[in-house]
Amino acid sequence: MTADTLARTTGDVASDLAVHWPEAVYQTLKAAGVGLMAYVPDAGHATLIQRFAGDPGVISNLLTTEEEGIAIAAGAWLGGMRAVLLMQSSGVGNCVNMLSLPVQARMPLLMLVTMRGEWDEFNPWQVPMGRATQTVLEAIGVTVLRAETGRDVVETVAQAATMAFDGDQQIAVLIGQRLLGKKKW
Amino acid sequence: MVTSGMERRAAVATLLAARNGALVVSGLGSPTYDVHAAGDAAGNYYLWGAMGGAALVGLGLAQAQPGRRVMVITGDGEMLMAYGALATIAVAAPRNLDVIVLDNGHYGETGMQVSHTGRGIDLAAVAQASGFAQTGVLYEGAEVAGLCDTLAQPADGPRLFVLKIAAENLPRSLPPRDATHIKTRFRAHLGLTPC
Repeated sequence: MTADTLARTTGDVASDLAVHWPEAVYQTLKAAGVGLMAYVPDAGHATLIQRFAGDPGVISNLLTTEEEGIAIAAGAWLGGMRAVLLMQSSGVGNCVNMLSLPVQARMPLLMLVTMRGEWDEFNPWQVPMGRATQTVLEAIGVTVLRAETGRDVVETVAQAATMAFDGDQQIAVLIGQRLLGKKKW
Repeated sequence: MVTSGMERRAAVATLLAARNGALVVSGLGSPTYDVHAAGDAAGNYYLWGAMGGAALVGLGLAQAQPGRRVMVITGDGEMLMAYGALATIAVAAPRNLDVIVLDNGHYGETGMQVSHTGRGIDLAAVAQASGFAQTGVLYEGAEVAGLCDTLAQPADGPRLFVLKIAAENLPRSLPPRDATHIKTRFRAHLGLTPC
């Protein structure tokens, strides 16, 4: 499904993807057959978390730490279910050894990572892991795709889902902090 | 070095003889060898790494296959690394997931260093406090048959049982290390096709 098709099916005009991309990403993941979502909360994922929580067709798992989701997604795939993981860039560092499982077993993995520490960031403690996120993922063997605009996110998630679930790839989509905007206090 | 406790291979063999179609996930190290020693099966997924992942692989599998019972067989060290997983599993509350912890109070693979359970941490009590539907600690091999009867009954939520086993290093019984082979074989067992 293209971003334009999605924009039409969700009743928005394409330009509204700049604002309404979370809804379009939800529709994209549903169209990709995702049946399980696991997350550690992030403000950038709030809409997706809410949409999945209200969807009786998708199991939502709240995690204590992000690597739990890697193992849950592997188990779900063993049982024939497609999973998506939602986390912030700081959580990627928690996942490294557990990523051995989908990488070594060549299981589909789809992670949507909201970035911190790279754009208009007020909290310097977010910077080191934000800087390391892509390197860490690539070091363990995960393919990294970046998206910087709403349309970009939707298109990237759609094709990442295809590569993950139809191609047994392990893929992280990094959603740029420039798109997410400055954290409001 | 052998401490008191039940024989791990006999306990696991008894559990698996009564599996009745249950899907099994084994934690890295000796639990994987124990499960393999009881008889290789397509419904086994053996972990050789990803420490801390066994119970959670079991959770994802149980959620994807709600009509089947899933049994995770792992060690105390592996489960200790997944302390938070007890909270995640309790909140998810699957009715078809049983976690069996083979607890010798030691890290057997790395030189028999004493673990946290060997220093007093009670994983069954932690699971109970977290909200597991049923938990227990077994000390004698003769109790395992009764556990099989318990596991055959429907559950109200996740269950966790600690089996106090002897700390001993037995001859290894090695399943294939090829994780893709085991994955594909496991999925085929469920009627699922490869990519």
